Formats: sequence, structure tokens, C-alpha cells
Amino acid sequence: MAAQAQANRQSSSARVHALTEDQRRRLPLAIQDLTVAYHRKPVLWDVDLAIPEGRLIAVVGPNGAGKSTLIKAALGLIPRASGRVTIYGQPYEKQRRLVGYVPQRESVDWDFPVNALDVVAMGLYGRIGWFRPVARAHRRRALEELEKVGMAPYAQRQISQLSGGQQQRVFLARALAQDADLYFMDEPFAGVDVATERAIIALLKELKAAGKTCVVVHHDLQTVPTYFDHVVLLNMRVVEAGPVDTVFTEENLKKTYGGKLTLLSQALFEYSKDPRLPSGTRGGGAL
Amino acid sequence: MSPRLLILTPLGLLLWGAFDPSWVAAAGLGEHTLAWPSSEELLRVLTLRDYNTRVVIVGTTLLGLAAGLVGTFLLLRKRALLSDTLSHASLPGIALAFILLTALGAEGKNLLALIGGAAFFCILGTGAVIVIQRYSRLKDDAALGIVLSVFFGLGIALMGIATRMGSGNAAGLSSFIYGKTASMLFADAVLIAVVALLAAICAVLFFKEFALLCFDADYAASQGWPVTGLDFLMMTLVVVVTVIGLQAVGLILVVALLIIPPAAARFWTYSLKHMLWISGLFGALSGLFGAGISALMANLPAGAVIVLTASLLFGVSLVFGSTRGLARRGVERLRLSRRIRHENLLREIYEMMEVCGLSPEDAELDCALPQVTMDMLLSRRSWSHGQLRRALARGMAAGLLASDGRNWELTAAGLEEARRIVRKHRLWETYLIEHADVAPGHVDWGADEIEHVLDADLVAALEKRLPAEVLQQMPASPHHIEPVQGEAA
Repeated sequence: MAAQAQANRQSSSARVHALTEDQRRRLPLAIQDLTVAYHRKPVLWDVDLAIPEGRLIAVVGPNGAGKSTLIKAALGLIPRASGRVTIYGQPYEKQRRLVGYVPQRESVDWDFPVNALDVVAMGLYGRIGWFRPVARAHRRRALEELEKVGMAPYAQRQISQLSGGQQQRVFLARALAQDADLYFMDEPFAGVDVATERAIIALLKELKAAGKTCVVVHHDLQTVPTYFDHVVLLNMRVVEAGPVDTVFTEENLKKTYGGKLTLLSQALFEYSKDPRLPSGTRGGGAL
Repeated sequence: MSPRLLILTPLGLLLWGAFDPSWVAAAGLGEHTLAWPSSEELLRVLTLRDYNTRVVIVGTTLLGLAAGLVGTFLLLRKRALLSDTLSHASLPGIALAFILLTALGAEGKNLLALIGGAAFFCILGTGAVIVIQRYSRLKDDAALGIVLSVFFGLGIALMGIATRMGSGNAAGLSSFIYGKTASMLFADAVLIAVVALLAAICAVLFFKEFALLCFDADYAASQGWPVTGLDFLMMTLVVVVTVIGLQAVGLILVVALLIIPPAAARFWTYSLKHMLWISGLFGALSGLFGAGISALMANLPAGAVIVLTASLLFGVSLVFGSTRGLARRGVERLRLSRRIRHENLLREIYEMMEVCGLSPEDAELDCALPQVTMDMLLSRRSWSHGQLRRALARGMAAGLLASDGRNWELTAAGLEEARRIVRKHRLWETYLIEHADVAPGHVDWGADEIEHVLDADLVAALEKRLPAEVLQQMPASPHHIEPVQGEAA
């Protein structure tokens, strides 16, 4: 057990330089020397990260720690100042089919004139290709994905008429439609209702059972141990990364959050570590 | 009205109007005393009998169609104002092309050369906007404002030089500022028609790609779509529509043709496909009427009439639009307040019965329930006499209330309905008390069943947390209910 933890730790912490190409090919995501800067101000600095396959990985850190930037840089959405990112051993441009992306819900205008099904069908556009319209088979497929997140009854609903949680589930269904092996999710739990939070957890478990890897930007420290196997503690650089059991310690959190880890979140953290707390029973962000 | 019907009806009217001479003749009757065109003239223009007019009208109509289609994506990409900057930035291009041609001894008003110059300066203007945005800390609106005014100023200066050039005829150049179909040559009209048609086809062809780009550009990029290329293509279409629209609409007003039709179309539909076609139709109608009316009345610039037609369509859409129109929203608001009053009424009667005991036998002596009077109800809520009377009448019509003219009581169906409403209300109230700090945004009073919004486990938990004295599956109110005062009849 200890050896296993040690091995996990080795594979997911700063050993990226020593990876052989063969090892790299088996890693869903390997990041090496990644530096991202906006206007000369670095946001991510010398990030080395190896994400193991078939795990649920939380990326946590204070506001402005570069959590979303990490995902966007991995997807090539923002220019990298330096560094190399590989998805199963290849650059992202060659592996797009293997990657699903759930952006932050606030990143789009939900007043856009489309319904839930149209949005999910966008996940199939890559497969449909240029000029060809969305066919009936694609619609059926999109509906199946909506079903998986419990949103099939809302397929024809205009997206502005959905609640925040329902919108988040539509975004998840769109990523599912991509049928990827590695999923990046940017704050899927932010501001969602209890039903959605449960739906997302169930979905994450399903994806894990199917051998998929999910990298999830997460803001709620107390749920990290119950929802995730691995955690990446990020604050411009990777403070620590590895299995939750070994890495998610108060000491490491203090290193990550510094003075920002307030008394309240320390209390919450203690609460989440309480062994009397049955796992998976907590709903919502409420306490 | 369904969007499809909406598209077809005006088209039908148009065809009917164009081919039924009696109607057109009747419209023109007795107007000879005014400056109106004669009925023969009207007929000739509307039925497109005059070949030259026909080509100009067809060209302008296609221009409107293309602008409506391209403008839809422009609006949804939130770049509407960029098109205004573009059109103003084209002026120096027009003037410069004219000056160069005249200096070279050629005919200055070659449309192809003029719109070539315009397009070049459009692209230059766009580049200037992008440079300012990227390398200064100015916001978008400032960048657009700077480029618009600087380029337009330069254009006015160059126009001054152009009109002072001895040779060449610069008189027609002003039509590019205000728009004038009358000065349009046959070849110009054909050119406009062909290019507009191509732009329209392009906009339809790239429907799926543009939709993805407008909705979620980052996601499109993550999927490998060439976002920069698509953006470039879209802006190219905007530039094309703008420069071919310059002569018909004028550079000050051409932006209206790109923005107003899609803005109006949004009031009719929640579907992008329908919005695209309605916008195209509105644009085409604006072009058709603008060019037609301008052909009849030489003093009316086509640009102005086109914009006014588009504005009229916008005004109608704003008020009567079937999904977002003010009338529809007003009706919905009225319905909601009626429904709230209805639910309040049933809840009020139920809660009055509840404090007295639900059946007459249980009632304490000073409670005259289950019958209530209007005075009792009026004293408990802020509704007006009329509102309450109408709510009572609607309750009776629905078979939920029975009355002898002075007193009202719940029927069996009414009791059932009241119980459902009170249960829902109390669960929401408890939810607010328990969870308001987390998620007040999830409260949805309009939802018929709380279970539709919150999951079943949570509803069960809420029911458990309600105070113990459960009355026939009814959660007790979490707040104190005022006892009925001894004011019964």
C-alpha cells in the first residue's frame, strides 16, 4: 500500500523530465517546463505535471493561481511562453479526438439562440466535418448524451431558460459527445444545485469506471477527499501533486494558499478529514 | 405565429401586391394632387416592369438579404459596432481610388475600383482597431471610436481634394456617404447582386461553423476549428457586404442594414436557424422597399428609406415579437401576477381553515369557517378590492370555489388544489430557511412541483425537517399564521 502510494507519487510529481517516450505515451497528460505569461507577468511558472490514467484529478489553488490557465495552456487556447505538453505522448494538435473540454459556464452568453440539444450537438461538430449539417443520427446521439446527465426532458429548451446547474449539465453532455479519453473540466461544481452536483459526481465515477481520466478545476477544498483520487495543488507553480491521501495535507495546503487559507477554510478542512464523516453523504456546498 | 409562417406571409403579400394591378391602382387613386407618383409609375416599379429599376431593386434586395444573414453572425459575435467603424473607414479608400483614377486620366467613378479602395481601407481600419486593442490599454469602444473618426476625417479631407480636381466628375461621390440608387448604373447593380448572392450563400454554407464560433470560440479552438480563419472569413463577408452596400445605402447608414434586421429577428425566435432566415427576410424587405420607394421619389435617398423600413420592422418586432416582444412579455407578466394572486387566495383560505380546524365540526365557535367573506380576505393581504373580486370569480369559474354571493368556500377540488399549493409553498419556505445561504437562486416559485427543481432526496429531507405536527401529509407552516380575527359575518 505504501509502495503503491510511493509509486503513484513518483509518477505524478516532478519526474517528468526522466520520462521515456514509452512512459509518456501511456500518460494521458504530461506537462514539462510550462510557463505562461500575460503581458510579461507570469501566471504559470515551470509547471511539471504527469497525470496518471483512469483517475479523477482535482486541480485546486487560490484565486489567480492559474488553474484555468493550466487547462487552457494544455489545450493550446493560450500561447505558452515555454514548455511542452503531450497527450498520450503526442502534442495536443494530433490528439484532439482524445480530449473533451468543459469550459467555465460563465465563459459563454447563455442568451444565445440555441436549445440544449444544439449545444450538445456541437460536441459532434469535429466528427461531422466542414459544411455538412447536423443529421438526425447526430441529434439522436446528442439526446443520448443529454440522457446521461438527466437532461433529456429539457432537450428543446432554449438555454437561457435553464437553471445554472442545468446549463452546466448541458456543457458536460457536450463534452461527453466528444467521446474522449481525457476530460478537462473547468469549475463544473461552481454555483450548481444539489441535483446537478450529484449528477456530476455520478458521471465522474462512471467515467472513471470506463477508464477515462478527468482533470477537474475545483474550488471546494472540503469535498476534494470525497470526490477525487488525485490532487494537484497549484499556485503559479505546482506545490505538490499526487494521491489525495498523501498530498492533501494541511501543511501542503498552507504552502499553496499561504495567508489566504483563512481560519474558516482550515476549520472546513479539519471537518472534511473527520473519519466519522461517512463519505459521499454530503450534499451541496452547505454546512 | 410560427417562424415559418412569419417568413411566408410577407412574401405572399408581396407577390400578391406585385401582381394584382387593381390593388396597386386603388392605392394610387386620387393622389395626383400630391407629389406622389402616378398609379402607372407605382405599378411599373412594383411589378418590376422597368428593366433598369428591376435590376437595381433586385440588387438592393439581395444586398439586404446578404446583410441580414451576415449581420446575424456579426451581432451574435458581439461585433456589431465594428461594422460601423468599417464603413466609415472606407471613405478615404473611395476618395483615394477616385483621385488616383482621375490622375491617371481614367473615368473616376469606376465602381469596381471604388469598392476595391473601400475594401482596402476597411481592412486597414480593422487592422488599426486590432493593433490599438492589443498594444494599448484602451478598451474596445475607445479603439473603435478612434479609428472611426480618424479614418472618416481623412476621408472627408480626401473628398475635398477629389471635388477640387479640375478633371473628373466628383459629384456622384457623395452618394457613397448618403446612398443613392438613382445614380446606380446597370453594371453596378449586377455587380452588387452577384456579390451579395455569393456572400449570402457563404453565410449559409458556414452556418454550423459560424454558430460554434459565435457561441463558444474557445471550445471551437479546442476542437481544432481554425477560429482565427473563421473570424477572418466572417469579417471578410462583413467587409464585402459593407462595400457593396456603400452605393445603395451609404456609408453612414450601411451599418443599420447589418445590425437592425438580426436585432429585429431575435424578437421572433429562440432558434438560430430561424433567426438567420427571418433576419435575411427583414433585410431583403428593407432593400426592396428602400430601392422601390427611392425609384418612385427621386428626392428620397434609398439609404434613408432602407433604414427606415428596417426600423419599422424592428419596431413591430420589438412590440409584437412572438418570443421576446414587449406584448408577449407583458401578457406573461400579467399571467404570472394573476397566478400568484390565485395561489395566494387559495392559500389564504386554506390557512384560515387550518387555524380553525379543517372541517366545520372542528371549528371553534368564533370561527365562521370554512366560509370566508371578502372583508376577511382583504384584511389579510395587500390586494385591491377589484383584484380580489376577479381572483374569486376566476376561482369559481375553475370550480375551485363556491359562493352564495357573500361568502366563499373551497370546493372539494379547491381543497385539493389549495393543499397542493400550500405544501409547495411551505417546502420552498423551509428550503429558503435551511439553504438560503447557499443557493437562493435555485428557488423557483413558479415550478409546479418542487421536485422538478430540487431532487427527491432533498425534498424528503426538507419534509422531515418541518415541524412535527403533520396534518394530512401537510407540512406545517414554518412561520406563525395569524389567527383569524373575530370579524366573520
